Amino acid sequence: MKTFSFERIELDHLVEVLKRRGYKVIGPISRDSAIIYDELTNAGDLPIGWTDEQTNATYRLKRRDDAAVFGWTVGPQSWKKFLFPPIQRIFAAHKNVKGFDFQNTKKQTLQEPTPEKYAFFGVRSCDLNAIAIQDKIFLNGPFVDPVYQQKREGNFIVAINCGQAVGTCFCTSMNTGPKATTGFDLALTEVLNDKHHHFIVEAVTELGIDILKSIKCKEADEKDIEIAKDICENTVKQIRRSLDTFNLKNIIYKNSEHPQWERAAARCLTCTNCTMVCPTCFCTTVEDVTDLSGKQADRVRKWDSCFTLDFSYIHGGSVRASVKARYRQWLTHKLASWVDQFGMFGCVGCGRCITWCPVGIDITEEARTIRENQA
Amino acid sequence: MEDLKNILAEHPFFKGLNEEYFALIVGCASNVRMDAGKMIHREGEEANHFYLIRSGKVTLQMMTPNKGPVIIETLNEGDILGWSWLVPPYTWHFESKALELTRMIALDGKCLRNKCENDHHLGYELLKRFADIMMKRLESTRLQLLDIYGDRS
Amino acid sequence: MATAPDLQSLKIDYKSNPMLPRPFQIRRVKRETKDTFTVELQPFGELEECTFQPGQFNMVYVHGVGEIPISISGDPTNPHVLVHTTRAVGTVTKAMDKLRRGDILGIRGPYGTTWPMESANGEDVVFVAGGIGLAPLRPALYEVIAHREKYGKVVLLYGTRTPSDVLFRHELENWRARFDLEIYVTVDRAMSGWRGNVGVVTNLISRAPFDPRNTIAFICGPEIMMRFTAMELHKRGVDNEHIFVSMERNMKCAIGLCGHCQFGSVFVCKDGPVFNYSQIKDMLVKWEI
Repeated sequence: MKTFSFERIELDHLVEVLKRRGYKVIGPISRDSAIIYDELTNAGDLPIGWTDEQTNATYRLKRRDDAAVFGWTVGPQSWKKFLFPPIQRIFAAHKNVKGFDFQNTKKQTLQEPTPEKYAFFGVRSCDLNAIAIQDKIFLNGPFVDPVYQQKREGNFIVAINCGQAVGTCFCTSMNTGPKATTGFDLALTEVLNDKHHHFIVEAVTELGIDILKSIKCKEADEKDIEIAKDICENTVKQIRRSLDTFNLKNIIYKNSEHPQWERAAARCLTCTNCTMVCPTCFCTTVEDVTDLSGKQADRVRKWDSCFTLDFSYIHGGSVRASVKARYRQWLTHKLASWVDQFGMFGCVGCGRCITWCPVGIDITEEARTIRENQA
Repeated sequence: MEDLKNILAEHPFFKGLNEEYFALIVGCASNVRMDAGKMIHREGEEANHFYLIRSGKVTLQMMTPNKGPVIIETLNEGDILGWSWLVPPYTWHFESKALELTRMIALDGKCLRNKCENDHHLGYELLKRFADIMMKRLESTRLQLLDIYGDRS
Repeated sequence: MATAPDLQSLKIDYKSNPMLPRPFQIRRVKRETKDTFTVELQPFGELEECTFQPGQFNMVYVHGVGEIPISISGDPTNPHVLVHTTRAVGTVTKAMDKLRRGDILGIRGPYGTTWPMESANGEDVVFVAGGIGLAPLRPALYEVIAHREKYGKVVLLYGTRTPSDVLFRHELENWRARFDLEIYVTVDRAMSGWRGNVGVVTNLISRAPFDPRNTIAFICGPEIMMRFTAMELHKRGVDNEHIFVSMERNMKCAIGLCGHCQFGSVFVCKDGPVFNYSQIKDMLVKWEI
């Protein structure tokens, strides 16, 4: 690993370099009153001078009084939007006389004429961990998802070490940040004071180092490294929420009839916001859509949520009909079953579910209440 | 009589009864044979006996207005048939029929009833055993009632 | 007659895209009861064998309608025909019910864990089936019959609603005629002409001829029935490690990626559908898990 530093203007060049190298550069953009992820035409699209304030059921973008590029945390979207698209056709079956056949090869089945190479620009540590979790699910199980595999291949990841935390962050409890430690090519730390605006960058891959050769940067000195460390430590101090993970799995399992589930259910609208914004939720459904002639049937995979009534439907009824059962399923999966299934918690402490829940249910509070009042 | 005594002694239903009560019961017992298709009792008839099935098959049926007799349970070798003799008004609540040649031991419930009135210990011993049978029948009936093979709801 | 899709030129890569169904042609449709039917399938255009283990299931695709998990109900010793028995209760199964000989279905699989035939070697085997639950058990029965000498006593206890709901009647009668199988059929209720047993299938357990100290039990049917059957088996002295059940849940992918079939922390599609009872007994009594 090598550490460098570069001036603010070089950030713009970094984006250009990636585009020139054929990457589709996805980064943060301020749009529709939130910071979302989409393709950058250039570095001018970045949310310069914006910050966010988040708490239960609340997200507000506010103007900063400086020109920080990454002075915000996470918005409603995560990188799963690209690696694991919300709507994805998985095949098209053409009906022929008494049978069906598939439309073309695997490439077109996935509906992309050429596979795109993504460069993710500005990935926070919590999200890096979320990507690693989804890697485990989609790439390292008994079956590999070809869509995820194709979209994940050749990703170039520019991580950003968080310079601030918001009210709903709790990555420190989940050991997922704020400093990016793994799963990236480059990790930036933005340094902005009244004297100077520059970036310190850790390059951990050959490719990362190579890309940096195309912009003006110099090797970082000890002072730079100290500053970067301080920024991270400062961010840690800003984190307000916590989730005690000690023996958490067993506590959740043992308390399946805890009265807290009913209390959460009384507030929960089963709106599925939490599962949509969660960077690790991976449940999907498939739909068969025919054209008017009925000759072509597309099989389309869509994001699904365990909060819907028909998620668990088998003939005659849903297994989890009550809201209580569905809320319990989600939280139990995220903080307990996930550990047995994949060897880690499903939660990365990004806080999105707390922010985007319209009634402000807080996963850390739910877990705390159960832990402190165990049956 | 010896034959009857041995059969009754081996049956789990009579286990644990003291010698005196057991002798009493043997005294009320007799062998009975029902040919295939014979009605053992009909609904509404006076219930004065209960039976221990030694061999064969007995169906418990209820008459329904539209469909005729509906079989609600089949009893086999070793099963006990009948508890209506123990509970007022001492009439059968359904009918039963021997499906095939059936041999049973009939126990004189009317006689036993009177003895139970006089000796409550005997009454308790018999009621305990019948309560167990009724519980099992109730559980089975409830499972049948749930219509588990139908739709899940 | 449809021509086989030219798979070579299409370069359909089944291995790398586990969501693609393979076309199978219906060679026979059989009505079993009022709402249950069996389809016998052959791989379309290929002489491929469709091997599977008893207990496994396929995802069955009806073009333009949808895809559902159905247990394989055929003979594992005959890999040239794929057999599925199902009730016509939902959109897909009702559409399947309208298909006839020559029509094409898509098949993905086989998936799932299997009835542990190896563990049953040298033991008495008790099959307890409830309703349509006889279908996922039938392959295990075929397996046992094909290698009869490997097993001790073999008993099938089969309960269903009424006599007209009895599945595979002809086959059951043939099996009953054998001296090395004990077949007991019971129904929940019957008209007076029925000469068989009436009563819940759990009642047959206390009298069934097997040695509880050396028995393995395979149970398949509604969850309530499986729970009560396990209880009755316990009463006779069969422990949880020797009891296996087959579970059912909503499935969209059958490859552990869609999340629908989760039952506690296990995925019914890849950790099941066959489970050892000791693994899931606590979850079976939890409501809405």
